[in-house]
Amino acid sequence: MLTLAGRRLAASIPSLLIILVGMFLLLQLAPGDTVDALMAQMGGGGDAQLTAELRAFYGLDLSVPARLLNYLWRLVQLDLGFSSIYGKPVATVILERLPATLCLMTASLSFAFFFGLLFGVIAARRVNGWQDTVISTLGLVFYATPSFWFGLMAIVLFSVHLQWLPAGGMESIGEGFTGIHRVLDIASHFVLPTLTLGLIFLAIYLRIMRASMLEVLTLDFVRTARAKGLDETRVITRHVLRNAMLPMVTLIGLQAGTMLGGSVVVESVFSLPGLGRLAYEAVVQRDLNTLLGIVFISALLVILVNFCVDLLYARLDPRIAKETGG
Amino acid sequence: MSAILSIEGLTVALPKGADRPHALDDVTLELRAGEILCVVGESGSGKSMTASAILRLLPDNVALTSGRILFEGKDLAAANEAEMRAIRGAGIAMIFQEPMTALNPLRPVGDQIGEMFSIHTDLSSAEIEARTLALLEDVRIPDPRLALRAYPHELSGGQRQRAMIAMALALSPRVLIADEPTTALDVTTQAQILSLIRDLQRRLGTAVLFITHDFGVVAEIADRVAVMQHGVVVEEGEAAAVLNAPQHAYTKALISAVPPLAAPPPRPFSAEAILKLEGISKTYRTGGFLGRNKRVTRAVRDVSLALPRGGTLGIVGESGSGKSTLARCIMRLIKPDTGAIRLDGTDLATQSPAQHRASARRMQMVFQDPYASLNPRRRVGELVAQGPIIHGTPRDTAMARARELFALVGLDPAATDRYPHEFSGGQRQRIGIARALALEPEVLVADEPVSALDVSVQAQVLKLLAKLRERLGLSIILITHDLRVAVQVCDLVAVMKDGEVVESGPIGRVFEAPEHPYTQSLLAAVPGRGFHPAH
Repeated sequence: MLTLAGRRLAASIPSLLIILVGMFLLLQLAPGDTVDALMAQMGGGGDAQLTAELRAFYGLDLSVPARLLNYLWRLVQLDLGFSSIYGKPVATVILERLPATLCLMTASLSFAFFFGLLFGVIAARRVNGWQDTVISTLGLVFYATPSFWFGLMAIVLFSVHLQWLPAGGMESIGEGFTGIHRVLDIASHFVLPTLTLGLIFLAIYLRIMRASMLEVLTLDFVRTARAKGLDETRVITRHVLRNAMLPMVTLIGLQAGTMLGGSVVVESVFSLPGLGRLAYEAVVQRDLNTLLGIVFISALLVILVNFCVDLLYARLDPRIAKETGG
Repeated sequence: MSAILSIEGLTVALPKGADRPHALDDVTLELRAGEILCVVGESGSGKSMTASAILRLLPDNVALTSGRILFEGKDLAAANEAEMRAIRGAGIAMIFQEPMTALNPLRPVGDQIGEMFSIHTDLSSAEIEARTLALLEDVRIPDPRLALRAYPHELSGGQRQRAMIAMALALSPRVLIADEPTTALDVTTQAQILSLIRDLQRRLGTAVLFITHDFGVVAEIADRVAVMQHGVVVEEGEAAAVLNAPQHAYTKALISAVPPLAAPPPRPFSAEAILKLEGISKTYRTGGFLGRNKRVTRAVRDVSLALPRGGTLGIVGESGSGKSTLARCIMRLIKPDTGAIRLDGTDLATQSPAQHRASARRMQMVFQDPYASLNPRRRVGELVAQGPIIHGTPRDTAMARARELFALVGLDPAATDRYPHEFSGGQRQRIGIARALALEPEVLVADEPVSALDVSVQAQVLKLLAKLRERLGLSIILITHDLRVAVQVCDLVAVMKDGEVVESGPIGRVFEAPEHPYTQSLLAAVPGRGFHPAH
């Protein structure tokens, strides 16, 4: 088990390197750099000498390979660099924004996983019945609807018309909530973003779960379980569920990246101060250091999620642990 | 003796559009206390459906329409779900055919056996564990304490089937239904499981309803026999009476299709070898990223054999003996590590891929599973003509040739534009043979060509192979686990164990006077070896 974990982690280092180098080189292709953006903010102007000095100050006058090596060397020392736009170290900027994104992702993932599982099981139990039809149709609707539209409509309905939930932001500023009130306040801000981001994934999980349940239900050991005299509920909970969950667990790992991407849209719609919005701002302002920092952290997050999924999978399926763990 | 389970006029309807209206038609059977009743029939005879109907575990679209199933005075056909659940496992237990898939792969074996007690009794978990261990000891699983915690994939097929039997016998059921429990097992394992079932049945006095297609097994284990065809019981009686003096024409046909375990008189064949294997070895290495978890399996070790022109060489062995790996090496589907494969003097093992493609047509293969080995999305005529077309034959000529081949293997030439699913298993295997013959090979390698087929169909396909051998001057390598099949068509036989050929020679000599202890034990394990049907 431990060797499996170690091997998986070691295997992720090359992918991390490839992502970073690729991203760095890709960004060189984009027109303009931080200094151009800074100059533009200062009102344009063509002071060539100031521009050159700024470039030298930020180390932008070096050749591309030199800058890449510099960057990687600093990264080894766990230094993500300095954001010229925010005037703070990149690590600080990212750490300020990370909680919102992590909260959003965890909440959406749990929401999508739990309800995807539940509805998938219900749909499979009542296959071709009205429950199945309703669930499958709704699933298709969720899957086919763009999440920004969902978010906007949710704001219109729940925030503007019904005024049940806040329209955006992470917490109510100026109310001075503390303790449990603050937690509840933040939670209420996260309800709509979580639903918006989670619904698409819920639709995917529910379809996978339904298909996988239907397949497992035809397997021989389910017949064995029935021949033992188990009732249908216990056949499902004790024999079918865990087997049917395996494809879904794999999917979570694969979709961690997609979910991060989706959070850019959702954070923008609900003006949540998260990584996604930070990335957007960094691109607009040509803040290369911040952008690379975000890519690095995102890649780490995805690798971490996949790592957890691998471990979970090995726990769920003893056959895997034996094959690779020795 | 009184009947413990009696089925009276049981009729089960199939959904509309099936090939017949009833899966079971007015089936009446009686299982008496302490006896083994064998229900025999070919696929589609309704024998497994009978078992499912007794436990009321029928597929969704199939329904009991009339009849009674009396178990200890209670009519199961009219019982509700809760009553049925109390009987399943506790009163009537069942063992299934596929030990590989009949256990949940994600839960330990002991846990799954113990579930029997947790469903039907109020025993404490410590008591359940003790009882489970005792059961595993009863079914003579090696190292029962380890088996208790083992997952199904950690046990062999035979051990899993023992675990299944332990599970079925957990609550000392009055009736045990065994649905082809040994069909998926090797012949020596099959013999052990059969004797285990018989021992336990004698000791516990359980009545066993044993479903099988194999008259050898029937001869081995049955007290009474019921023969089914198309959902109807055509003959029922004492085992000795049915086996030795069958009344119904279908029973007679089935029994005469059981090949005898004695070699026919030797056939003349050329002394010249068309194919020579010299010191073939193949080793599989798995794992091995930075040398971790390396597992080395020596699948084939230094095998040297010769196939005479126009002769048939049988390669016999149990699963894991390396016989299929050897076949793949011969076909160059995998590359042997060492050794030479000489086809008329040309060494195939060292050929380049291009040379290999050119010589591929001289040697063709017939595969085991006629259901999986034909592409379901293409017409069968195209499948047969594909090989010649790749090798440059014009399409029209190849299709015409395919029609001729269909006639040759005993199929309707007009059927070439149908799809594989429209054919039965035996017909599909004929298509597989036609496909192999399309390239006019000199050597045919048949990997378990009949093991997925019913006995009567087996006999037909083997007869076809023998006819083609005469007619086209083919030389055949026949790989099989079934000694009865080998003895019917082979001139020479090689017995493989753990990748090595332990004995080889003319089939008559090997079968009548086996020299190697393994060959002797294989022959001793053949079910019903004492049963010689009158032909």
